[in-house]
Amino acid sequence: MASSGLKIAIVGGGLAGLAAAMKIAEAGHEVDLISVVPVKRSHSVCAQGGINGAVNTKGEGDSPAKHLDDTVYGGDFLANQPPVKRMTDMAPEIIYLFDRMGVPFSRTKEGLMDFRRFGGTLHHRTAFAGASTGQQLLYALDEQVRKWEVGGKVTKYEGWEMLSLILDDHQVCRGLVAMNLQTLELKSFAADAVIMATGGPGMVFGKSTNSQTCTGSAVGACYEQGAKYANGEFIQVHPTSIPGEDKLRLMSESARGEGGRVWVPRDPMDARKPKEIPDADRRYFLEEKYPAYGNLVPRDIATREIFQVCLEGAGVGGENQVYLDLTHIPAEVLTEKLGAILEIYEMFVGDDPRYVPMRIFPGVHYSMGGLWVDFEQRTNIPGLFAAGECDYSIHGANRLGANSLLSCVYGGFVAAPSAMEYAKNVERGSSESNGAHAAELKRQQEINDSIIHSEGGENQYKLHEELGKVMTDNVTVVRYNDRLQATDDKIRELQDRFKNISINDSNLWATQAVPHARQLTNMLNLARVITLGALNRNESRGAHYKPDFPERDDENFMKTTIAEYSAEAPVLSYEPIDVSLVEPRKRDYSSSKKKA
Amino acid sequence: MTTNAHIEKKRLETPPATIKFKIQRREKEGAQAHWETFELQYRRNLNVISALMEIRKDPVTIEGKQTTPPVWDMSCLEQVCGICTMVIDGKVRQSCSALIDDLLLASNSDTVTLAPMSKFPNVRDLKVDRSKMFDHLKQVEAWIELDGTYDLGPGPHVPNELAQERYAFSRCMTCGCCLEACPQYGDDNYIGPQAIAQARLFNMHPTGKMTAEDRINGLLGDDGITNCGNAQNCIQVCPMSIPLTKAIYETNRDITVNTLFGWLKK
Repeated sequence: MASSGLKIAIVGGGLAGLAAAMKIAEAGHEVDLISVVPVKRSHSVCAQGGINGAVNTKGEGDSPAKHLDDTVYGGDFLANQPPVKRMTDMAPEIIYLFDRMGVPFSRTKEGLMDFRRFGGTLHHRTAFAGASTGQQLLYALDEQVRKWEVGGKVTKYEGWEMLSLILDDHQVCRGLVAMNLQTLELKSFAADAVIMATGGPGMVFGKSTNSQTCTGSAVGACYEQGAKYANGEFIQVHPTSIPGEDKLRLMSESARGEGGRVWVPRDPMDARKPKEIPDADRRYFLEEKYPAYGNLVPRDIATREIFQVCLEGAGVGGENQVYLDLTHIPAEVLTEKLGAILEIYEMFVGDDPRYVPMRIFPGVHYSMGGLWVDFEQRTNIPGLFAAGECDYSIHGANRLGANSLLSCVYGGFVAAPSAMEYAKNVERGSSESNGAHAAELKRQQEINDSIIHSEGGENQYKLHEELGKVMTDNVTVVRYNDRLQATDDKIRELQDRFKNISINDSNLWATQAVPHARQLTNMLNLARVITLGALNRNESRGAHYKPDFPERDDENFMKTTIAEYSAEAPVLSYEPIDVSLVEPRKRDYSSSKKKA
Repeated sequence: MTTNAHIEKKRLETPPATIKFKIQRREKEGAQAHWETFELQYRRNLNVISALMEIRKDPVTIEGKQTTPPVWDMSCLEQVCGICTMVIDGKVRQSCSALIDDLLLASNSDTVTLAPMSKFPNVRDLKVDRSKMFDHLKQVEAWIELDGTYDLGPGPHVPNELAQERYAFSRCMTCGCCLEACPQYGDDNYIGPQAIAQARLFNMHPTGKMTAEDRINGLLGDDGITNCGNAQNCIQVCPMSIPLTKAIYETNRDITVNTLFGWLKK
């Protein structure tokens, strides 16, 4: 490393991590990019619908201020507002930058970028590239970062998993320890600053719409080492997912954005094929209850309504499913605008949604909570930054569709200069000589060794399944305090049983057993943060809904939940929220006049 | 209302009670490969990944022998990340979208055979190392040259037809199916259709056009585009239906034009 150049380690190569890497390389500094999979295969590819920015090309009078208002209102007034404002202000230039990078956004007749409507807004604000916008944006950043890799500024460590931070005697982050997933070799990465960009913890719920890599493990490790975790209890359940045995596959909100209608037969046991059921015998329950927004109510509301309809036995065939119907739209329009997502449904279910209404049910989708960061993406650990889904800062109690891609790029674009600024000014530690690196490597090797030699007979995959089930049953759409308490008891039981696992792979070369065991440890810790955060928040807000406390309680709970690790249980505290820009008001999507 | 022109999919009417999975095993790169067979109860809506997950939990062969869990790569399970590609019943494809019912229907048997891709180093079992594919992208400079990432306003106007044409190329998830199927690809003889299509993606863009020659230069070496034997296997196996042969044809055309202009300039 040249003495004048900075070295910044980035963990995670999705949109947030690549956005930060590009900015740091462009500023002339060096990046070590650590990712469990080749970065081009990161979970960002799964985002389908689009990216929001109030570019106002449709003469609707849209503006970043309205985007801010929609975002904090959609988030049910749990987000600190200044970073949201900064993001919505930056959104148009972020979208234009992707346009310059050659992303094949859908265009208008004039050759300008086209915009569509998404949930939680009345404006055409969402830029899209077919129905795989996340894939297209990720590829654009992947390409730019590859250029910097060729230029020698970025070094990729793909197939490496972060295990822990390296903290010096003053709890300052000096780098990290990662494991090579092929050889199980451990290596310490020295860095002037570390940026976490590892995405969400969907695997805590066993099955979700997340990729298999979205374990939250690296973030869990940071938490255990003293990083604050904020608003863990806010887990977005996507209203429309396709149930599967291996995972829940997302049916993008753009299906509703392009005119998809949600309905159930008035008689759940109606034996006719869905297309043969006349309108009079159908119940379009979202349109009936929310005439202004109709099928485009925000996700938490759509989820709860669908869940409720099924709970009452009114789902299709009395089962946990409702119709999401696109068949009234011409097939060729659907193919152009939604081709990729409709292919997904056909591929995994076997019906063509252009002709047969889809059957869908809510599925765990996104974590609004994550590492606590300040307005410059700094965590409470000096030298540690976070961006993207793994930080908590933007979406409050509920995320609006097409705001996630934006918040990833925004987070990366803010974390990068913030980390560089920190790194320029930090006193370079002699941490290598004082032994922090060697000590942490040794500690991590000992954990690996104990997992390899543990012979208690418990099966790690079965423990993970049990965790997923109890979390999905009790800590998703509807939450009750007694069940949350029972869930925490169950998690502690699983933590005890984890001590007795036997990995079932005697071949340690490229084994999945040791990495999975490491991930499971961290997932169990995060599960407690999520569950106890929910238990202690006695109100309903955004994605967090308790029938026993059905109202939002601003007096007691318009606060950020902060969880700090301790061996017994997460220590919870609450922090006030900056609502200096948009005055909190009741969230009500039954009419379009939502001003108080 | 559109006319209902679609054909309903054929379904497996009489499934077997159990399904067999014949899996190629290899301890590590360079070790001898061998086969093991596992048996699972049949159930509907199973895909290859769900089956592998179940086998991994408690890996016992059909002979009752406790063995190591099969190792494979997986991530998105929605056929957009490309990582779970393997050879299933002799055909290269993603294992997440390989539905057991369809496989049994096609093979008219109760057995599914899983092997790793053969054109890449076999790390272990069904896992391969495709890092070479990312090197190909470096060779053809598959990116747009930017003056900087600061705010310079929107990009150039683009007709929607061109955007859609480019979108088709831009869906490439670097899965390697085209390279596995290509008879010319292997031993570094030929860069293959993946990189040619990505060069084409950027050469079609109004900004990318300005540096098209740099990308084409990456395709003029010993492993370049002239090695294409026109077998057209690539387009048969591409899971994203990318017009790979069109990319090769159009890139060849560009090279011819470029050579001609180069000659005229002298």
